[in-house]
Amino acid sequence: MFEPYLEIIWGFVKAFAVGGLICMIAQIVINFTDLTAGKILVLFMLAGVVLQGLGLYQYLVEFAGAGATVPISGFGYLLANGAIKGAQKGFFGAATGALSAASAGVSAAVIFSFIMAMIFKSRSKKN
Amino acid sequence: MTGKNRENYNKNYIAYVNSFDPPTQHFKNCLRAFLVGGLICCIGQFMREIFEKVIGLNGDELSAAVSILLIFLGTLLTGFGVYDRIGRYAGAGSIVPITGFANSVASPAIEFKTEGLVYGMAAKMFIVAGPIIVYGVLAGTAVGLIYLFL
Repeated sequence: MFEPYLEIIWGFVKAFAVGGLICMIAQIVINFTDLTAGKILVLFMLAGVVLQGLGLYQYLVEFAGAGATVPISGFGYLLANGAIKGAQKGFFGAATGALSAASAGVSAAVIFSFIMAMIFKSRSKKN
Repeated sequence: MTGKNRENYNKNYIAYVNSFDPPTQHFKNCLRAFLVGGLICCIGQFMREIFEKVIGLNGDELSAAVSILLIFLGTLLTGFGVYDRIGRYAGAGSIVPITGFANSVASPAIEFKTEGLVYGMAAKMFIVAGPIIVYGVLAGTAVGLIYLFL
């Protein structure tokens, strides 16, 4: 009777471990190379694209759920996955697939950022 | 001062300055990144469970809904100035999740609003997210074309 609950809890453990591990790898890269946040984001997004291009990242998504889709490498996975699915429909699909798969994330980021910029005033950075 | 001397001088000076830097605490940084990053992913997993079991979404719709909600939370926390504080504690743990992407869009948008709505807010919005979209579209389309011709 506890079986479904155990499965859900196990899902959380896997998401925590894999998501945490991806962030830890990023932190190790930052510690040793002084890369800025923007470059780290680009690097990990590209890693996601390459891994899905090789057909590997989807197994991580199947295994870890949000642990693999929430980090920015999951965004790269979405782009690559969209392009691969589009390529099955022909040239036009291959060219438009990547950005249409990522449209939800990009639109949400733009719309919510616009709203927040209208609501909030910039505050001086307290260090 | 000749070129070579100046180089040495710079090197000595940089070594001198670095000797006053606190040493990077690799283990502590990594642990914090692991904990905060894992926690954000767990919040994402929680949303997945809720959306799947209660609303009945699945597949691409499910991931899109989770991403949108996390991005909303990221921009909201950025607006309140909370996300910067999390970032100081967590380092990469707050940069790498999708909330960090949202933060990198919302933060300059809020900050540069004073420079106008077009060249201030709208242009600076993509100061970090722009490269991600540029290289993402390039790499993604390349993958699509490779699959098309294979």
